[in-house]
Amino acid sequence: MTQTTLDTTATATAAGLPQVSHARNPIMPLDMDWVMGAQANTSAIERRCATLPGRRTVKKEYQAAWLARAISCIDLTTLAGDDTPGRVKRLCAKAMQPVRADLLEAIGLPTLTTGAVCVYHDMVPVAVEALAGSGIPVAAVSTGFPAGLSPYHLRVKEIEESVKAGAEEIDIVISRRHVLTGNWQALYDEMKDFRAACGEAHVKAILATGELGTLRNVARASLVCMMAGADFIKTSTGKESVNATLPVSLVMIRAIRAYQQATGYRVGYKPAGGISKAKDSLVYLSLMKEELGDRWLRPDLFRFGASSLLGDIERQLEHHVTGAYSASWRHAMA
Amino acid sequence: MTIPEIFETMEYGPAMEDASEARAWIAKHAGRFGQFIGGAFTAPGETFATKNPATGEELAQVTQGSAADVEAAVDAAAKAFPRWSKLSDHQRARHLYALARLLQKHSRLFAVLETMDNGKPIRESRDIDVPLAQRHFYYHAGLAQLRDSELPSHQPLGVCGQVIPWNFPLLMLAWKVAPALAAGNTVVLKPAEYTSLTALLFADICREAGLPKGVVNIVTGDGATGAALVDHPGVAKVAFTGSTEVGRKIREATAGSGKALTLELGGKSPYIVFDDADIDSAIEGLVDAIWFNQGQVCCAGSRLLVQENIADDFHARLKARMANLRAGDPLDKCIDIGAVVDPVQHAQISRMVSENNAGETYHAPIEMPSGGCFYPPTLITGLEPADRLMQEEIFGPVLVSSTFRTPGEAVALANNTRYGLAATLWTENMNLALDVAPKLAAGVVWVNATNLFDAAAGFGGVRESGFGREGGWEGLLAYLKPADAGKPVKPAKVHAPGETDFDGIDRTAKFYIGGKQARPDGGYSRPVHVPRGVLLGHVGIANRKDIRNAVEAAQKAAGWGKTTGHLRAQILYYIAENLGARAAEFADRIRAQTGRSAASAREEVDTALSRLFSYAAWADKFDGAAKSVPIRGVALAMNEPVGVIGAFCPEDAPLLGPVSLLAPAMAMGNRIVLIAGESAPLTATDLYQVLDTSDVPGGVVNILTGSHAELAKPLATHMDVDAVWCFSSTDISGVIEAGSAGSLKRTWVNNGRNPDWAGPTGEGKAFLRAATEVKTIWVPYGE
Repeated sequence: MTQTTLDTTATATAAGLPQVSHARNPIMPLDMDWVMGAQANTSAIERRCATLPGRRTVKKEYQAAWLARAISCIDLTTLAGDDTPGRVKRLCAKAMQPVRADLLEAIGLPTLTTGAVCVYHDMVPVAVEALAGSGIPVAAVSTGFPAGLSPYHLRVKEIEESVKAGAEEIDIVISRRHVLTGNWQALYDEMKDFRAACGEAHVKAILATGELGTLRNVARASLVCMMAGADFIKTSTGKESVNATLPVSLVMIRAIRAYQQATGYRVGYKPAGGISKAKDSLVYLSLMKEELGDRWLRPDLFRFGASSLLGDIERQLEHHVTGAYSASWRHAMA
Repeated sequence: MTIPEIFETMEYGPAMEDASEARAWIAKHAGRFGQFIGGAFTAPGETFATKNPATGEELAQVTQGSAADVEAAVDAAAKAFPRWSKLSDHQRARHLYALARLLQKHSRLFAVLETMDNGKPIRESRDIDVPLAQRHFYYHAGLAQLRDSELPSHQPLGVCGQVIPWNFPLLMLAWKVAPALAAGNTVVLKPAEYTSLTALLFADICREAGLPKGVVNIVTGDGATGAALVDHPGVAKVAFTGSTEVGRKIREATAGSGKALTLELGGKSPYIVFDDADIDSAIEGLVDAIWFNQGQVCCAGSRLLVQENIADDFHARLKARMANLRAGDPLDKCIDIGAVVDPVQHAQISRMVSENNAGETYHAPIEMPSGGCFYPPTLITGLEPADRLMQEEIFGPVLVSSTFRTPGEAVALANNTRYGLAATLWTENMNLALDVAPKLAAGVVWVNATNLFDAAAGFGGVRESGFGREGGWEGLLAYLKPADAGKPVKPAKVHAPGETDFDGIDRTAKFYIGGKQARPDGGYSRPVHVPRGVLLGHVGIANRKDIRNAVEAAQKAAGWGKTTGHLRAQILYYIAENLGARAAEFADRIRAQTGRSAASAREEVDTALSRLFSYAAWADKFDGAAKSVPIRGVALAMNEPVGVIGAFCPEDAPLLGPVSLLAPAMAMGNRIVLIAGESAPLTATDLYQVLDTSDVPGGVVNILTGSHAELAKPLATHMDVDAVWCFSSTDISGVIEAGSAGSLKRTWVNNGRNPDWAGPTGEGKAFLRAATEVKTIWVPYGE
């Protein structure tokens, strides 16, 4: 398994598409010894997560730069039944100009954008058109999102349709029942099919960790999805009762690290749902930096699935620039 | 760096804690501190500098405590004691509560000052040391409130002399001061010379809290000041945390003084990783084990034992983790590794590592600050038990590593040490964890975690890691004594031969060793006469080799400690049954040897039978506890047998004496070597015939006769004896305490006063506690 030289071009990808910045995770055989050997000690993992914010912190200009980095990794998302073209266009405008221009100018990052825009399939064409020329990719949730229980062939077909409509990233949902019943082969086969359907589009596997019961299951499902060709693994649909948490993230991140060490391929990580504070985003970034390294602090390998996070970051950035605490009405809504 | 540059590099940058409040506090004291005695600071005397080890900057001048300072402090504490000890539980509880509240109100000041003086990362002082210190005072406010209702018939000891180390200056102060005050004692505390400042700030807090003058006194200074405090005759109890070397000296210095003593000393604690563990979590645990406080932690998991089949992968991942550690200014909120406490300590660590030629040494490839006392996180792999660094405490950020093949071998390697403070084990297999934890020679065991502490959970060691527990009820008991001080012992009466002499068949009692009768190694025996001179028989005169043989037999009977309480109860009942069948004979023998009345002799036999029943009852009822610690998990306080106990029997109760000692020892799973009283030894030797017929496994009880004066030293110095009890009429308490210093075994000596064997102080929990070690096993859980 060789690394390609594409690796060094991370900065060239404003869009942060992993498949153009480094060797894409190919499909590996399902290694059940590895999967079943995975362990996750919940209390120890929780302790690590509980102490991390006390161990790492960034202040002043470092904090501003880190918050800007967080913005660059946001999949700005709307996944509501009442989404309309107008609503999606407004979101896309925000993705292209995530922070007031004067503030971006002040921190020296005038061209900052979010990592992607994430919508349902029907909104893909609107988003693609709205983002045309910006370099910001459109991600589509797919495969019967959020439950993933529609007919199998339709789930595969949905991916193909979204890719055809211009989505460059597909966020699929796995069948939780395969995890809960220990049917790892079925999970592997499903993921492999989804990956194939994506073609060149890059695929994020949503594990719906809030429904998997244990961290051990999260670890195992992460490994199986990576073996089956996931470009990213993602925590949640945002619709489960428990979405992204630090412990779940730590388990998935460590699985990514183990996978990279064993195969040489880098898989991205996307926590989604529940991350709404600027401070939380900094903790996530430090978790990535500590456990996976600096390479995972870029949008080709890290995304936040979030809708309200950006607003809090904007206020923090204004505070950094002006020294005064900000108000939400001073920033454009998404 | 500009924001766009940081946006690319994603470096952390500095995040400095503001030190101005701490500096202002030092300035308020004009940068020079006297002693805190009788509720006020004295004028500074001869002073020395206390420095910030990260920068070398002088922070303040503190006073080198003189003998006169110690005298004045002990005097103030002694004067405060009568009133303080007579306060109601509730009044003492209010004072402790006030101290806890003030510690909380000034928490950041304490944390910053601690970090500046000690060099530990601000994260640790802020998130660990100071909150634990607060918790300790809150918890002990509760113990103060409950003392009389839960521990009736106990009294405070008096003035406690407390000497604490530099690695957790405020926390160790809390561990010492809170239980002492809760129990009703007054205190003279000497902080370590490198780190006096938070103790002096605590003195300020005591004033602010309105603590009565003289209840807490703080005397700064070096080892000489500490020695003066330890030696002061007005001190009733010495509590020390620090090195094994100094602890041993304190044991010797206080021997025979009647001072109570607890020692919390060094360690080389094993950190065992089984192949089914969550490896990444186990590695993260090591960060908390050996790179916490720069490894300057007595219970640091400094000896990694990893299962051979995963060792290479484990070490590779560990090295990768080490590369992510950040060293830097301890006041930086974004670092893991601060400064070691002093250049002396730095030189010691460097020397120990550089003198080692074994294994492979790996220093974390991280940026180290220039200047200051910084030592890089270090891993030495491929060491064997025979290597010096696997045995000796480094007290720095240096982890040594070896491998094992099986759980049995892991336990053997873990226990292959002079120390016994703490142990950590990682496995996802509950059967394995709960099997291994009790087998580890340690006072604290952490399962799938490390360095967890709480005021409710006892902390302390076995072997050369010291004795006594801090925290929990068991910690409070170390600051109390029985209200009944007992009665002065009467000298042994050895009767001279009279005019009429022996007219039966010659009977020579032998020793009872390993379940068999044994002749004295030296080949000497002595006659035993009745008070009027008639010869009753002969008993052997034991020498050091008989002690050796008896201890060896007792060690071989280690299986007794693994039997069930139910079985031990059955055997104790059986002893009572067989003794009861021969009650008349034993009563006659007591009467013959002592000249006491038939009724008195018979009463002693009956009391002995009752005592056997008492401890048979206790054998399966002296329960441990599940402590209420603030984690999702349990902290199990398990009462484990001490091991091999050597015991000198009293003179005034020929049968009840030995029974009062062997029964609690046996009930709790110990083996015992009894040295019979010298006045009436034939009752003790008669007893072995009862034991022989009662299914007592060989070696569990061993009985010798001989001179207490001669046997005290060989028994007390024997390295394979875990505890020595002395109820002798011979003045050997000091010899035993001094002799125990070699292996730092526990001692329980009478200092010339014995309980009333027939009364309530002759049995009960005091004996059960002496016969057990509390092991705290932390088991966090959650899936």
